[in-house]
Amino acid sequence: MSIAALDGDALLFKGVEWDFGTIRRAYEAIEEIAIGELGLNVYPNRIEVISAEQMLDAYSSTGMPLFYKHWSFGKHFAQHETLYRKGMRGLAYEIVINSSPCISYIMEENTATMQALVIAHAAFGHNHFFRNNYLFKQWTDAEGILDYLEFAKGYVAQCEDRYGQVAVERVLDATHALMSHGVHRYPRRKIPDLRSEQKRELERREHGERMYNDLWRTVPGKEKQAPDLTDVQRRRALLELPQENILYFLEKVAPRLAPWQREILRIGRQVAQYFYPQSQTKLMNEGCATWVHYYIMNRLHEKGMLGDGAMMEFLHSHTSVVRQPDFDDPYYGGLNPYALGFAMMQDIVRICEQPTDEDREWFPDIAGSGSGIAVLREVWANYRDESFVSQFLSPHLIRKFGLFHVADDADDPKLRVAAIHDERGYRRIRQALSRQYDVAHLDPDIQVVDVDLGGDRRLILHHRVLNKVLLDEGDTRQVVQHLADLWGYDVVLREVDATTETVLKEHVASSRHVFG
Amino acid sequence: MHILDRRLNPGGKSLGNRQRFLRRAKALVRQAVRDASAQRRIREVDQGGEVSIPLGGVGEPSFRRSGSGGVRDHLLPGNKKFSEGDRINRPPSGGGGGNEGAEDGGGEDAFRFALSQEEFLDLFLEDLELPDLEKRKLTDGESHALQRAGYSTSGSPSNLAIARTMRNSLSRRLALRRPRPEEITALEADIAALERSREDPEKLQALRGELERQLRRAQRIPYIDPLDVRYRRFNEVPKPVAKAVMFCLMDVSGSMTEDMKDLAKRFFVLLFVFLKRRYKHVDIVFIRHTHQAQEVDEDTFFHSPETGGTVVSTALEEMAKVIEDRYSPDEWNIYGAQASDGDNTSSDNARTAALLTDRILPVCQYYAYLEVGRDGDSLPIGFINRETDLWRTYSRVRADGITIAMRKVRHRREIYPVFRELFQRSPQGTAKEATP
Repeated sequence: MSIAALDGDALLFKGVEWDFGTIRRAYEAIEEIAIGELGLNVYPNRIEVISAEQMLDAYSSTGMPLFYKHWSFGKHFAQHETLYRKGMRGLAYEIVINSSPCISYIMEENTATMQALVIAHAAFGHNHFFRNNYLFKQWTDAEGILDYLEFAKGYVAQCEDRYGQVAVERVLDATHALMSHGVHRYPRRKIPDLRSEQKRELERREHGERMYNDLWRTVPGKEKQAPDLTDVQRRRALLELPQENILYFLEKVAPRLAPWQREILRIGRQVAQYFYPQSQTKLMNEGCATWVHYYIMNRLHEKGMLGDGAMMEFLHSHTSVVRQPDFDDPYYGGLNPYALGFAMMQDIVRICEQPTDEDREWFPDIAGSGSGIAVLREVWANYRDESFVSQFLSPHLIRKFGLFHVADDADDPKLRVAAIHDERGYRRIRQALSRQYDVAHLDPDIQVVDVDLGGDRRLILHHRVLNKVLLDEGDTRQVVQHLADLWGYDVVLREVDATTETVLKEHVASSRHVFG
Repeated sequence: MHILDRRLNPGGKSLGNRQRFLRRAKALVRQAVRDASAQRRIREVDQGGEVSIPLGGVGEPSFRRSGSGGVRDHLLPGNKKFSEGDRINRPPSGGGGGNEGAEDGGGEDAFRFALSQEEFLDLFLEDLELPDLEKRKLTDGESHALQRAGYSTSGSPSNLAIARTMRNSLSRRLALRRPRPEEITALEADIAALERSREDPEKLQALRGELERQLRRAQRIPYIDPLDVRYRRFNEVPKPVAKAVMFCLMDVSGSMTEDMKDLAKRFFVLLFVFLKRRYKHVDIVFIRHTHQAQEVDEDTFFHSPETGGTVVSTALEEMAKVIEDRYSPDEWNIYGAQASDGDNTSSDNARTAALLTDRILPVCQYYAYLEVGRDGDSLPIGFINRETDLWRTYSRVRADGITIAMRKVRHRREIYPVFRELFQRSPQGTAKEATP
C-alpha cells in the first residue's frame, strides 16, 4: 500500500487476489461515488464473506441467513448442490438481504474485481432500493426481520419438540402451499412491526396461563342462541369476507386449529408478506442495482482506481448479465429483468440529458431536464414494475429490443401478432408489457367468499378467472386438500369467469382430519 | 460498515433440512437406491453417489395458473420479420415461444441428487439383520479382549497408572501444603544472602527456623504416598469376530445362461454389501465349478465361459479346502452362497449332501442356496413343481434339522424381495426357515 502510494498509483488492487484491506479500500472508494455523486441513501452495510457451501445453504432457505427447518429447503439444497458440483451452474456472486443493517454475502471465490462489482451492486444498488422504494417502506420491516426470523426458527423448533416433527411438517407444508395467497395486497393503517410480533405471542401465552382456571369449565353456560343464519350480510361482515388473504382467514377463523398451528400459519404469512414487494419490483430492483454498479465501476476506472484488465473483466461479466437473447434464440428464457431494467435506467438518463424530438413528445416532464440521476432516484422511490413500465418504456427502447406482442387464444389455431415496434404499436406494447408485471397477472385472484355455517361448514372460495386461464389441475387439487385439512371441513374452490360470472370448474376436497 | 468473515462458521447448517427431506422422500429414494445398486460391481456397490427420484413425489404445490388454454399475451424481444396482423403457426411445443416467469426447475421430470455412503447403505439395507449371528458367536466365546475399565487401588506394577498417580499426589501435596522445592531453595538463598551480608541477625534466625520447619514438613508429607497410587483396571470382554469371508459358489456349466449368472451376481452383491456393514473386514472367495471347481477372480467368475458337466461336490470340496488353508473358523465368520440352476450329476448327490452336512455347514455362519431359473419357464405344464436334483438333495439335508436357506429366483425383480425375506428382522431373531 505504502509503495503504491509512493508511486502515485491510485489503483485499488492489482490482479485477482484480495484481502480484507482490499475490500475495505474498495468499499470506501465506492461509497464516495455512491453517496457523493449519486446521492444514494442506504442502510448501514454489513459485508459477510462466505464459502461456496454457505452460499448453497443460503440459497436453499430463500436466501435468508436463518430460517426454520423444513424438508423443502433440504430438497433445494440437494438440487443446487448437484448442479453446482457437476459444474452445470455457477453460484450467484452475492446475496443481499433487505434488513438493517443491510447484509450482503460475498463469496470467497470471487476475484477482487468481482468483489468490487458485488459491493457496488448489492451494498449500494439493492440497498438503496430497499431503503427508498415505497413498496418496501410500506410492507417490510427491515429493522425487525432478522429478529423475527430468529423467533420463527425458535418457535418452529419448539413446536417440533413438543408436538413432533411430522405434526409440524404437516402444518408447514400446508402453509407453504398457501403462502402465495397469504399476503395483504392493499396497504393497512398499521406499519408492520415484526419486533412486537414476538412480544405479542409471548404475552398471549402468558395471559392464557394466568387466566386459566379449571372452575370455569364447570360453570353452566347460557344456552347458545341459534344465530340468524339468513343474514348472509352480517355473517360475511363478521368473518371479514370476502377475504383474499387465505392464511390470515384460516389463522383467525378456522375452527379446529390449535393455537400453535395458528401461530405457524402466522409465521408463514409474515414471511410471505416480507417477500411480497420483491416479486413486484424485480425488474426495477435489478435494474437499479445494475445501473448503479455500472456507473460506479466506470467512475472508478475513470479515476484510475481500477486497472484496464479489471475493467475488461468487469465488462465481460456485466455484458453477460445484461444479455437479452432474442425469442428465437435457444437460450431465450423470457425477458431478462437485468437487461430490460438496466436498459430502461440508461434510457431515462439519456432522455434527461440528450433527448430527441420523439422523447420530448413522449416524456415532456423529464426530457432535457438535465439531471438523470435525480430523476432515477425519484423513479426508484415511487414506482413498481407495472407503473414503471407503463410510464417509462420509450419507443426508442421498444425498437432497440424489437419487442412485439403476440396474442395467443387457445380457440384460435394460429397465433396473431398484435403489435410490433412501430408508431401504431408503441403504446399497445407498453400497455401489454406493463400488464404482465401487474399483481393480478402474477398471482391468480382467489378469495374466500363464504362459509356455509348453517349446513356442513363448507368453505367456499372463488377464483376469478382472467382471460379464461384456469388453475393448474394437479397443483390445485393438492393445495385445496391442504386447505381442507386446515379448515377441518369440506372446501370447494370454484373457478368463476371474471366477465360472465359462469362457473368454469370446481375443485372439492374433504378434510382428512390430520390437524386434530 | 462492517466486514465479517463467516467462512469459519460451522458448516452443515442445512443438515437438519436434508434429514427431513430424506425422511420425506424415503420410499422414493429407497427405490432409486436399489435401482442404482443393480448397475454396479460388487465391491463398488456401497460407494454412495447420485440417485434420481421422480419430481412429483416431493412437489411443492401452489395456486398457479395452468400452462395452457385461455387467452394469453406474449411479449417477445428480437422481432425480425413480423408485422402487425401476421398469423403464425403455433410452435410444436404447444406452450408458445415465451412462457413468462419460467418456474424454477420446471420441466425436469426427475430430481437428481447425491447421497453419502452412509445414507446410501442405510436405505439399502434398512430393516435387515444377520440371522442368529450374535448369539452363536457369543456363546462360543473363544476369544476375549481386555477393555479399559477405569482405575483401581490395587494391581500389578505393570499396570501402574503414572499420570493418575501423580495427579493424586499433586493434589494431596497441594492440600497439605507441602513446601515446594523452589520455596526451600529460595529460603536457603535468602539465608545465604543474609549470612553473607551479616545484617539483621534476627531475621536470619527467623528464616533459619522457618527453613527447618519447612524441611520437617516436607519429610512428614511424602512426595508419593501409597494412598496416591492407582492402577489401570481391565475387564475381560468377549470379542466378536470382526472378520468375515464370503464364499460365492456358482455353477458355470453350459446350462447356466448369462441371465442366470446376472441373477446370481445380484444376490452376491447384496450379500456382500450386507456383510460389509456388519464386519470391519470382508473377504470374498469366488469358486466356480463345472465338473471340476476352481477359485477365480471376480471377472473370470462372472464373465468367462466354461463348458463341461456339473459336479457340485467339487465346489464344496474346494470351499472346504480354502477354509482349511486360509480361513480358520475361529477367526473368521464364514458365509456361503451358492447359485446354480439345480443340475447335478445324479451320482454326485449323496456325496454333495455328505460334504455339506459334515464339513461345510458346521463351520458356516450361514449358507444360502439360490436356485436360478429362466424367466418364463416358471411352471412347465404337466410338471408342476418339478424339483431339481440339487433342490431335492438340499431339502433332504434340511429335513435332518440343519439350517440352510433355500430360494428359487427367476427374475431379477425377485432378487431383492428374496434377499429381504432371508434377512428380515424378526421378533424372535430366528428367521432362517424357508420355503420356496
